[in-house]
Amino acid sequence: MKTNKIPWGLTIFLLPIILWLFLLIVLPQIDMLVMSFRAENDAGNLIWSISNYKTFFFEHIYWRTFARTAIYSIIVTFLTFVVTMPVAFYITKVASMRFKGFLSIIILMPFWVSELVRVYGWMILLRESGVINHFLVKLGILQKPFEMLYNDATMIMGLVYTSMLFMVVPLISVLEGLDDSLIEAAHDLGANAVTIFFRIIIPHATPGIVSGSIVVFMLTLGNYLTPNLIGGKNSLWFTEQIYNQFIASFNWNLGSAFGFMLLGLSSLIIWAGLRLSKQHLSKVVQ
Amino acid sequence: MVVSGVLMQIDLAVYDLVKKFGEFTAVDRVSFEVEKGRFFSILGPSGCGKTTMLRMIAGFTEPTEGRIEIGGKDIAGMLPNKRPVNLIFQNLALFPMMNVAENIAFGLKRRKEKKAVIQRKVEEILDRVSLPGFEEKKIDQLSGGQKQRIAIARSLVLDPTVLLLDEPLGALDLKLREQMKVELKTLQNNVGTTFVYITHDQSEALVMSDHVAVMNKGQFEQIDTPTRLYSEPRTPFVARFVGDNNQWQSRVKEIQAPYALLEADANLQFKVVISRDISIGSRVDLFIRPEALVIKPDEPMRDMNRFEVQVKAILFDGANSRMLANVVGSNREFKIALPQTHQYDDVKPGDVLEIGWNYASGTYFPTARDIS
Repeated sequence: MKTNKIPWGLTIFLLPIILWLFLLIVLPQIDMLVMSFRAENDAGNLIWSISNYKTFFFEHIYWRTFARTAIYSIIVTFLTFVVTMPVAFYITKVASMRFKGFLSIIILMPFWVSELVRVYGWMILLRESGVINHFLVKLGILQKPFEMLYNDATMIMGLVYTSMLFMVVPLISVLEGLDDSLIEAAHDLGANAVTIFFRIIIPHATPGIVSGSIVVFMLTLGNYLTPNLIGGKNSLWFTEQIYNQFIASFNWNLGSAFGFMLLGLSSLIIWAGLRLSKQHLSKVVQ
Repeated sequence: MVVSGVLMQIDLAVYDLVKKFGEFTAVDRVSFEVEKGRFFSILGPSGCGKTTMLRMIAGFTEPTEGRIEIGGKDIAGMLPNKRPVNLIFQNLALFPMMNVAENIAFGLKRRKEKKAVIQRKVEEILDRVSLPGFEEKKIDQLSGGQKQRIAIARSLVLDPTVLLLDEPLGALDLKLREQMKVELKTLQNNVGTTFVYITHDQSEALVMSDHVAVMNKGQFEQIDTPTRLYSEPRTPFVARFVGDNNQWQSRVKEIQAPYALLEADANLQFKVVISRDISIGSRVDLFIRPEALVIKPDEPMRDMNRFEVQVKAILFDGANSRMLANVVGSNREFKIALPQTHQYDDVKPGDVLEIGWNYASGTYFPTARDIS
């Protein structure tokens, strides 16, 4: 069949997406990329330069924050998986049909509220004059209240909490597709619970685990609100550095360079993760 | 059971097994024994409790009451991974994330057998199921029949005392199913493992088994050889469920040993050989198999109940062809086997012809209160 006609239906549907991609993503990114390679010379004129990237690599504080953010994001991703896997398994394989829907809604419900409100909720619970401290002192477990906010452990907990939904949904959908009889067959052939988990469940769930991990990792790496509010000034999250360059120092050129470093880092880690788990991006995002 | 003076070893014994789900009793006081090396089938309609029974033997469901012994040992409370039985699942449950060799080696690895031993055993069992060289194949590269054989190999390689099979042929198409029936029986003969096979397909049960238990509503109706199950059903359910049958409600009119004269609907009178106690006036259900009905019986044939019918329809189904006919002057309908020997090619709907059956061909049961 030979048709040289333009498929109008397809064009109309694709147009908004193409416009959105181009105008709001590609164009600003190109502009940022250009900006990141521009710097003022001694005379105060903008010239092409790699000095922004040099600054990043030679200032310890930037470099360390960057590595710290990456490592903590990986830890958060792993912890989110550890916390949500039993939940997803319980919902798909253990709970009765009627209970399933109820449990899924319970998990979804907190996410109807904005992240800001949820983080403030944590703050009300955890701060020095907060609910938990109040009760611990009342019960005599603590002599005087202590600050539970503004440390790394609390920040990681907050980030895990914020990311849970994005891990639990792909896990539930991938575990739904796991035939119960595979688990029973493995049990019948002599496997114990640990072997079943590592030989049957994990290999089957890998695409879901990887896609959930990618989303959680990217969201954590780029999260600004939670580290800033729960971690406070000590959080040293790289997004704060970017924010500071753009808003506080008005150094858009350095900020752009930082932004590109973060983009490069997340791409690199996701690529490495895909290689390690022998998955393909196109399959995982399906 | 004593056979020619030798006490046969019992591989699987079930005593008074009961399983209740709330108010519902899925398995209701079932007892049976399976001798070593036998092919034992449990045949029953869906929902009769046969899968529940199998899952209790495999260890996935705990019995409410009763005892299960495998190889003479009580296995109450033993986890499925410790039981010397293996189950072939209805959907086979091959692990798609592993290749054929890894699937078969799965159980051996759990037993911590040596690598070389595992490799040799996998090779041997693949030979046994006539799939040599299939080690590296992926599960989704296999055909239905091959998957079947790999699933059986995966269990047989562990050398279980009893192999349980949960309708494993159900998903195959008719032609392959016929072929697998023969293959499965041959394989069982060769390896000598005790098979317990559950199915709702009577042909599978009859063709493959040494003994068949017919199950209905959680209870065993009869345990017997396939031949006796067919020729001497002990309950009306077995008579109806195993093979095709014509059922007549009738009343005992006279008893002239060794025959009884029955009065059936449509003013027919039949003589049957007395096979169980009846009294004059009692109601009985009479069963006659379609192939026991002789079309146009010859004059000299003796001991025949003869009557006239009008042909209503011919249902052609190869060797299973049937003729639907009405008793003349009534709408009492029944099925008659129509042998494809060209002898009855001229029979067409509307014809009136004589049919007959031998006094010994009928089986009867006292009518139960509830006619199900």
